[in-house]
Amino acid sequence: MIDKIRSLDRRRVGALGGIGERWRALPKWQRRLAGVALIVFVYCLPWLGKLPGNLVVPGLNNLRTDSIDGGSNWAGVLFTCAVYVLVAVGLNVVIGLAGLLDLGYIGFFAIGAYSVGLFGSVNSPVVKWFQREFDLPQTWAVTWAICAMLALVLTLISGVLLGWPTLRLRGDYLAIVTLGFGEIIRIVARNSESLTNGPQGISAIPGPEGPPSTDNQLFGLVDVKPWYWLAITVVVVMVFAVRRLEHSRVGRAWLAVREDEDAAAVMGVYPFKFKLWAFAIGAALGGLAGMLFASRYAFIDPTQFNVNLSILFVAMVVVGGSGNMVGVSLGAVLLAYLPERFREIADYRWLAFGLAMVLVMILRPQGLIPSRRRTRELKDRAAEAEEAPAHV
Amino acid sequence: MNFDDLFGHFGQHTVDGLSKGAIYALIALGYTLVYGVLRLINFAHSEVFMVGTFAVLGLWTAFGVENNPPIGQAILFLVLGLIVAAIASGGTALAIERIAYRPLRRKNAPPLIFLITAIGVSLVLVEVFGLLLPRLLGGAVPSMFSRERIILGMPTILEQKTVIEIAGIEINNIQLIVFVSVLAMMAALDWFINRTRYGRGVRAVAQNPETAALMGVNQERVIMLIFVLGGIMAGAAALLWSMRFGITQSSIGFVLGLKAFTAAVLGGIGNLRGALVGGLFLGLVEVYGATLFSSEWEDVIAFVVLVVVLMFRPTGLLGESLGRARA
Repeated sequence: MIDKIRSLDRRRVGALGGIGERWRALPKWQRRLAGVALIVFVYCLPWLGKLPGNLVVPGLNNLRTDSIDGGSNWAGVLFTCAVYVLVAVGLNVVIGLAGLLDLGYIGFFAIGAYSVGLFGSVNSPVVKWFQREFDLPQTWAVTWAICAMLALVLTLISGVLLGWPTLRLRGDYLAIVTLGFGEIIRIVARNSESLTNGPQGISAIPGPEGPPSTDNQLFGLVDVKPWYWLAITVVVVMVFAVRRLEHSRVGRAWLAVREDEDAAAVMGVYPFKFKLWAFAIGAALGGLAGMLFASRYAFIDPTQFNVNLSILFVAMVVVGGSGNMVGVSLGAVLLAYLPERFREIADYRWLAFGLAMVLVMILRPQGLIPSRRRTRELKDRAAEAEEAPAHV
Repeated sequence: MNFDDLFGHFGQHTVDGLSKGAIYALIALGYTLVYGVLRLINFAHSEVFMVGTFAVLGLWTAFGVENNPPIGQAILFLVLGLIVAAIASGGTALAIERIAYRPLRRKNAPPLIFLITAIGVSLVLVEVFGLLLPRLLGGAVPSMFSRERIILGMPTILEQKTVIEIAGIEINNIQLIVFVSVLAMMAALDWFINRTRYGRGVRAVAQNPETAALMGVNQERVIMLIFVLGGIMAGAAALLWSMRFGITQSSIGFVLGLKAFTAAVLGGIGNLRGALVGGLFLGLVEVYGATLFSSEWEDVIAFVVLVVVLMFRPTGLLGESLGRARA
C-alpha cells in the first residue's frame, strides 16, 4: 500500500519536475507575462464563477465557499487565504530558508494584531492614556498607516528580542522556547488588563479609512473584496521582496547556515547574525499579517491567538514544501480553503492537519512542491544512512 | 508582591511545591530517556501522559468507583490504575516510536523533521481523544465520555486529609503517596539503568550507537525499551495526577509537557537524576512565584525559568549525561 503510494508519488513528482524544468527553460519575457497573468487572475478571484451582473458559471461556481449551505463569504475566505499566505511566506523565511523551527509564530501574529489594536483603537487603554496625558480629544487615535508601520517595527524588535538569547541554542531547544513564547504572549494579553483590556479584547480597530463605521466607502465590514485586494497587494509586494532576498547574499547565507552551520562559519558567514535576520524578518511578516487580520475584523481578544494556530502555520509550510515559495503558498491556501469549502471535514480539520504533517514527513519530507535544493539535501542524508546503517 | 504570604507559610509552600514538582519529574524522565539515547525531543510525550489519564478515568468509570470508597477498594483501584495507565502510556509511546519515528530514523532525517512529525503525532492524539473517541463511543459509554473536549471529572479515590504535621507544616496523605511513589519509581529506574544488563545496553547506545552495535547491543530493542520505560513513568504520573487533581482533558498534556520538558532541561537533559532535581526545583519555583505574584502567572514563570537556564547553563543543573557514561 505504502509502496504503491510512493511509486505514484514518484511519477507525479517526475511530471511536476518536468514542468519546473520546462518553466525555467522559457524565455524571460514569457515567464514575466505568465507571472503578470497569474497576478491579474488572483486579483479577479472574488468573481470566480460569479461574474459581476450575476452571471453564474456553473462549473467554477462550485469552487466558491458560498455555493454550499451556510458557506462563508467567498471574499472573506480569500482574505483569510491571503493572510495565511503572508504568514506562510514569512514563516518560510524562518523554517524553509534558515532552517529554524519556530513554533511560536502566532506570538508575532498577535503582537502585530495588538499593535494596531492598542495604538489605533479609541477603546484601547494605551490610547486612553495618551488622551489623558496630552489632553487630546476623545476621538484621537494613531492613524492606520502609522499603526501598520508600528506593527512592523514592534514585531521586528520582538523578533530580535526573542532571537537574541535563544538563537544561540540548538535547533530543538529553539522549537520549545518559541512554543513557550507563543503561549506567553497570549497569557500576557489575557492577564494584563490595564494594558490590553484582558479577555474583553479590543474593539473598533481601524482600517485604512479609519475606525469601522457605515460611512466607510471601501473598507467596511460588509463587502470584503477591498480587504482581499489590500491583503493580496501586500502579499505580492512581500513575495517579491522575499524572492529578491532569497537570491541575494543574505539568502545564500541562510541556505549555507541551514545546511551546515560550521561549514558556513568557516567560510566567513557568521551564523548567528543571519539567523537573527531571518528570525526578525519572519517576525515582521507575521506581524504584518496579524495587523491585516485585526484591521479586517476590527476586534481582537486573546483567545484568537491560541497555540493550535501556530501549529497550523508550521503545517502550511512543511506540507506545502518548506523552502519553496510556491509550495508554502499552496500549503497555506489549501489549509485555509479546504475546511471552508468542505464543511463536513471542518470539525476534523485539526485531526487532518496532524495526520497530514505526519504522513508528509514520513513519506515525503520535502513537501508537496519541494524546493530543489532541499530535496537534494534530504536525498544526501538518506544515502549516508544507507552507507552506514548502524548510525542512528 | 506578596512577601508576607511567602515567608509566613514558607514551609507549607515548599511541601506543596515539592509534591507538584514530583509529578513533573516523572514526566520529565520520558523526555530525558529518549533524548539521552536518540538526541531527540519526543514532543509527543505529553500526549503519552494524557492517554494515561484517560486510561485511569476509563478504568474507574468502568468499575463504577464511587467517591471515597473504603480503604481496601481505594488501594485496589490505585494499583489497578497504575497497571492500566502504565500499559496504556507505554503502549502509546511504543506505537509512536514504531509508526512515526522508525521510518524517519531509517532515512536519517534531520532533527527538524523528527520534531515536526512529533508535533503532528501530538495533534493527532489530542484530536483522537478530544473529538474522535467521544463521537465514536457516542452513547455506548457514560455521558462524561461522549462530550467533546470538555474537562472530565473523576471520582475522588482518596479523601485529602492531613497525616503528618511538623511545626505547622501539613503534609496530606495524597502528597505523601506522591512523594513515596515518585522516589520509589526513580530509585527503581536508576537501578535498572545503572545496574542491570538492559540498562548497560541503554547506556552503551547513549554513549556511542555504532560501537554499541559492534559490541552486540541490539539498538532497536534499546530504543523500544526507552520509549516503553518513559511511557511507564508517564503512566505512573498520570495515575498520581488523577488521584490528586481528579480531572483530565484531551489538551491536558500541552502545558504539563512544556513544564516537564523545562524540568528535564533544568536538571540536565539526558540525566535521570537531573530530571528529579529539575522537576522538584521547577515545582518549588512555580509555587513560590505564584505566591509572590499571582497564580495566573504560573505558566509564565516556568517559561522564564526555562529561558534563563538555557541562556546561562544550557547543560542544566547536573549536566547532560545518561548514566555516568556520556562525555
